[in-house]
Amino acid sequence: MSLEAGAADPLIPEPCTFAVDHESAGSLVLRLSGAWTLASGIPRFGEAQKDIEPWIKGRKITFEAGGLTGWDSGCLTFLYQLANFGAEHDVEVDWSGLPTGVQRLTQLAIAVPERSDARRGEDREPFLTKLGKQSLELVNSFGEMLEFLGEATQTFVRYFRGKASFRRSDFIVIVEDCGANALPIVTLISLLVGMILAFVGAVQLEQFGAGIYVANLVGIAMVREMGAMMTAIIMAGRTGAAFAAQLGTMQVNEEIDALSTLGLSPMEFLVLPRMLALILMMPLLSVYADLMGVLGGAIVGIGMLDLTLVEYLRQTQSAVTMTDFLLGVGKAAVFGVVIAISGCMRGIKCGRSASGVGLAATSAVVTAIVFIIVIDGIFAVVTNAIGI
Amino acid sequence: MSENAKEPHVVVKDLDMAYGSFVIQRDLTFNINRQDVFIIMGGSGCGKSTLLRHLVGLKAPARGQVYFDDRSFWEVAPEERALMMRRFGILYQSGALWSSMTLAENIALPLGEYTDLAADQIREVCSLKLALVGLAGFEDFYPSEISGGMQKRAGLARAMALDPEILFFDEPSAGLDPISSKLLDDLILELRDSLGATIVVVTHELASIFAIGNNSVFLDPVTKTMIAEGDPKWLRDESPDPRVRTFLNRGLENGAGA
Repeated sequence: MSLEAGAADPLIPEPCTFAVDHESAGSLVLRLSGAWTLASGIPRFGEAQKDIEPWIKGRKITFEAGGLTGWDSGCLTFLYQLANFGAEHDVEVDWSGLPTGVQRLTQLAIAVPERSDARRGEDREPFLTKLGKQSLELVNSFGEMLEFLGEATQTFVRYFRGKASFRRSDFIVIVEDCGANALPIVTLISLLVGMILAFVGAVQLEQFGAGIYVANLVGIAMVREMGAMMTAIIMAGRTGAAFAAQLGTMQVNEEIDALSTLGLSPMEFLVLPRMLALILMMPLLSVYADLMGVLGGAIVGIGMLDLTLVEYLRQTQSAVTMTDFLLGVGKAAVFGVVIAISGCMRGIKCGRSASGVGLAATSAVVTAIVFIIVIDGIFAVVTNAIGI
Repeated sequence: MSENAKEPHVVVKDLDMAYGSFVIQRDLTFNINRQDVFIIMGGSGCGKSTLLRHLVGLKAPARGQVYFDDRSFWEVAPEERALMMRRFGILYQSGALWSSMTLAENIALPLGEYTDLAADQIREVCSLKLALVGLAGFEDFYPSEISGGMQKRAGLARAMALDPEILFFDEPSAGLDPISSKLLDDLILELRDSLGATIVVVTHELASIFAIGNNSVFLDPVTKTMIAEGDPKWLRDESPDPRVRTFLNRGLENGAGA
């Protein structure tokens, strides 16, 4: 957009310069020269304002742009601010000294006045207001969660009375995805957790010559607590997030509206099969995780403590009771409900945008993990109190 | 069914639409007659799509009533409302096909839920519906495997699955090239004539408005209410309101005469 074929190397733009000429009466001449481009850098209007402000009284601003070698949005940004400044201070600005292109674009920019209500001010809310708003939001979201839980329960009851239906093929795909496809990661994590527990235990117990009790430690810890909990955390990250993202995308794409307007309840069609799948698969996965954990413990026991596999398994068998096992499996089923509910809820309540889907997936995982830990804590206290 | 013409099918009375305390439109009162091609028009952001969501039952009105065949949509029991909704067919802006199902499964879902047809009969109905929208042979394609225009037509095939009395279209020509959009317009008229359906279209595409519409309502985002109703061609030339004439003449007031 160079206006003059200058003698200088066109690749090195002349620096832009700016001068205020207040010699002539009645007008204030701004001399622009050099390249006024974003690449070459433009003066800040705030600084220029200091040079202009003392002289504006009773004058109009005019331009002399003979030395201007190039311009782009950089120049326009400066002029736009100048135009706003002029409007604020009731100073007439005569644009005629500028190249036609600049004049026309500046006119275009100032043609529609700024809507006073459109700009979002960065008003800082007082801390207490913010705190209050967020607390109210938290209460609301808790209410929403209860509402969703209630609806889900109703749907569940309807299903067992044979009044709710979903597509069996959907259900099978979901079961496969949150059952068989989760095996590799569950194997890896629970094997390692079993080994870690065994290492920690072995170092301590060997000091008393009680190395064999590593089997008790690993067996009870895995079956009662870690099997269900580690599986739940894996599944929250893996499947809970996937549910939220799937349903969220369906919400964005109006697919959920399409279901509702056909009279098909999204609760039945989308949430119910996911909930059922996780309630069925979580206990199975947690039993599998228990086995893997015990195997991990056995590897350490055999390798570090010179136990035989038979000895280790015998010891485990004598330590772990049926109560421990059922408690673990029961918790896994409850965690399954928690993961499915938080995933589906965040998905269905998802905002209608791409970032909404991301948020939904994130908060599905966070909600699920928080509730898993809290519920596990409650289980621990209750079982301790009633002595099982 | 032509004797039914001019008999009101949908009646909207004193409808206010709002999200929380933010009012979108107020005091909407208009009739949609049987076999009308009724256009909901207005500038961007005036609440056209929101009005559609009220008509199809996705959002409850803040005030006022919507009547279908003299029955108040929002006052009947939810079960009855579900029955009323079953007589609608809706084409969403993006098609809104269920992405985990093939086109045939998309169309089969409502049929399987609400009819007693056997699986092979349903399959035949699906093939027919797809053929009607020019997608014969695409039964086993997933929505992501076909183009946007085809998705829209497949969405229309699904909307027609239960032979609806009223077909709603949300921005049917958005994202379509001029020829596809013309073909869709022709299809809409054909459906009105052959099925005797009432058609409600949300659009701001002027070519479509004049090609298919015979009745309309014009929503204004500034005054937040309707400022005109009637045949769009008449509104373009004769409307007493300059805002409506300007809109319908692409910004040139009295452009039709000039």
